[in-house]
Amino acid sequence: MAKSTLDAPPGSVASTEAPAIDAQELTKTYRGGTRALDGLTFRVAPGTVFALLGPNGAGKSTAVKILTTLSRPDSGEAQVAGTDVLRCPDRVRRLIGVVSQKSTVDPEATGRENLRLQGQLYQMSGADLAARVSALIERFNLGQVADKIVKTYSGGTERKLNVAVGLVHRPQVLFLDEPTTGLDPEARAEMWREITRLAADEGVTVLLTTHYMEEADRLSNQVAIMDKGRVVVQGTAEQLKSELHGDAVVVQLADQVAPEQVLAAIDQLTAVLHEPSIDRRLLRARVDSGASALPAVLAALDSAGLNVSSASVLRPSLDDVYLRYTGRTFASNEEDPQ
Amino acid sequence: MTAALSTTSHVSARYLMAFARQPYYIASTLLQPVIWLLLFGHAFQDIVQIPGFSSSNYISFLTPGVVMMTSLFSNGWSGMGYVLDIERGILDRFLVTPVIRGALISGELIYSALLTAIQTVIILALGWVSGAAFHSALGLVLCVVAALLLGTAFASFSNALALLLRSQQAIIASSFLVLPLAFLSVTFLPRALLPEWIRTISSYNPVDWAVQVARDSLGGSPDWAYIELHLGMLAVLAVICAWLSTRAFRAYQRSV
Repeated sequence: MAKSTLDAPPGSVASTEAPAIDAQELTKTYRGGTRALDGLTFRVAPGTVFALLGPNGAGKSTAVKILTTLSRPDSGEAQVAGTDVLRCPDRVRRLIGVVSQKSTVDPEATGRENLRLQGQLYQMSGADLAARVSALIERFNLGQVADKIVKTYSGGTERKLNVAVGLVHRPQVLFLDEPTTGLDPEARAEMWREITRLAADEGVTVLLTTHYMEEADRLSNQVAIMDKGRVVVQGTAEQLKSELHGDAVVVQLADQVAPEQVLAAIDQLTAVLHEPSIDRRLLRARVDSGASALPAVLAALDSAGLNVSSASVLRPSLDDVYLRYTGRTFASNEEDPQ
Repeated sequence: MTAALSTTSHVSARYLMAFARQPYYIASTLLQPVIWLLLFGHAFQDIVQIPGFSSSNYISFLTPGVVMMTSLFSNGWSGMGYVLDIERGILDRFLVTPVIRGALISGELIYSALLTAIQTVIILALGWVSGAAFHSALGLVLCVVAALLLGTAFASFSNALALLLRSQQAIIASSFLVLPLAFLSVTFLPRALLPEWIRTISSYNPVDWAVQVARDSLGGSPDWAYIELHLGMLAVLAVICAWLSTRAFRAYQRSV
C-alpha cells in the first residue's frame, strides 16, 4: 500500500483506490443547540497524513468522534477504510486506532499492562501480543519505565505511551486528536517524527486534528481548514498558500489605537495594500511585492503620527489562508472561542 | 462467547491489579468490619439479655449484618471506577475498540463479586474467632451468596449512577445510604424488638432480606421457605439493577 501511494502525488486520491476516509455531509447538533458539524465533507487518500485544522470549537473533535464510531451524526455518511461507519461500526473499530488529545492510559497500571490490555480488547493474545507489546516499548523508548506504574511517568512519556497504545493492533487508519497540545518543544518534535514515520514506513493513513498552523504545515500532505463545522478550504499547505498571491506585510504598532485611525493613515495606499486587517496592535495586509511596499507603509504610518515597534514581510502562511477564508485571524479565535 | 469470557477476565484482572496496588484502600475495606464486630459487637454484647432477643450470642447475631454492610460499602464504591474511567477518557478509549460492551460491565461486576466474596470469608472468620457460632457449612455458603447478590445489586446501582451523573460526589453520597438501610433492617436488632414502622419498612428492604437469609441459614433451625423466597428476590433485584446499569451504559454511549 505504501509503495503505490508514494509514487502518486501526495494527497491525491487515485481513481482506482478507495479513500481511507470519506466523510459526506456530516451534521451534528448537540443538545442545547450547538451545531458542531454543518455539512462536513472531505476525503483522505490512503497512506497520507491529513490535517483538520481549526480553532477550538470548529468541530474537529466531533468529526473524530463520529469517524471513530464513538458518536453518531444527525445526518450524512462516512466510510473509513472502505467500511461504513454507521452500518458496520465493529468492523471499522478493528481497522482504526485512536489517540486522543489528553492521555487516556490507565494511571494505576504499568505501561506494559496498558499495552497488553489494549491488545486483549482486540482479541490479540499469546506470543503475537507479547512481541507486539515489546516492539512498541522499544520503538517508543519506554524500556526503562515499561514496568512502572503510569502515575510515575512524566507528561511526555505518558503521551508516548498513549500513542503506542493506539497502535497495538496495527491500525490501517490512525486518528490523532491534537497529538501535541501541551507538549514541550522537544516532545513535540519527537511526536512529529513518529507521525511522519508511521505514514512513510508503515503506510498508515493518519488523520490529525490540530490548532497549530505549523503542525499542519509540516506534517500533512493535505490540509482542510475547518470553521463552524465545515471545511472551508482544502489542499496541500503549499497550494493553499500559493493561492494567496504575493507577500504579507505585518506591522506591529507601538501603541494600540483605533482601527479606523490606522486605516485612515494607509488610505492612500489602497492600490498597493490588499485586504488590510487590524487585530489589536497588528496591521496585516497582502502586497504584490513586500520589499517595495513596506517603506511606503512605514512612511504613511509615520506621517500619521503612529509609532511602529516592528515590521516584517512574510511569505503567506496558513494563518493568512485561514484569515482569507474565515475573515478572522486564527489567534483571535483561540483567545475567544465561540 | 469465548471472546466475551476472555475479555471479561482481562477487564476483571485490570481492576484486581489496581486494587492490589492500593494497600490503604485494602486496609480501609477491612477496618470497618473489624470496628463493627470487635468494638460495636462487644460494647453491645449484653443486649441479648433484653427480653425477646432471639439469640444468646450477639457476635453470632451481628456477624451476618456486618457481612452485608461491608458488601454494601465496598460495592457502593464500584461506580467510582467508572467515574474515573470517564474522566480519564479510558472508557471512551475502550468504546472505540471492538470490545463486547457487555464484557466491560461483567468484568467490573465479577471483580466486585470476587472482592465481596473475599471480604465475606474474612469477616466470617473474624466472627468465628470472636466467638460466633455457625451451625452449617451450607449456611456459610448461603451467607456468601446473599452478600454477592446484594453486592451485585448495589454495585450495579452505583455504576448506573456513575454513568448517568459522572460525578464522584454522587458516588460518595450514595454510600450514605448504607447505614440507614442497615438501621431499617434486622442488622442490629431482632425483628421483635424493632418499632412497628421500621418492621413494616424492613420487609421491603433488600438489606433486611440478605441479613435474615444469612442469619437464618447460619443458625440452628433455618426457615428454608423464607431463605429460598428471599434469595430469589435478591437474585431478581440483582438482575434488575444489572439491567438498569446496561441501560445507563447505553445512555452514556449516546451522550458521548
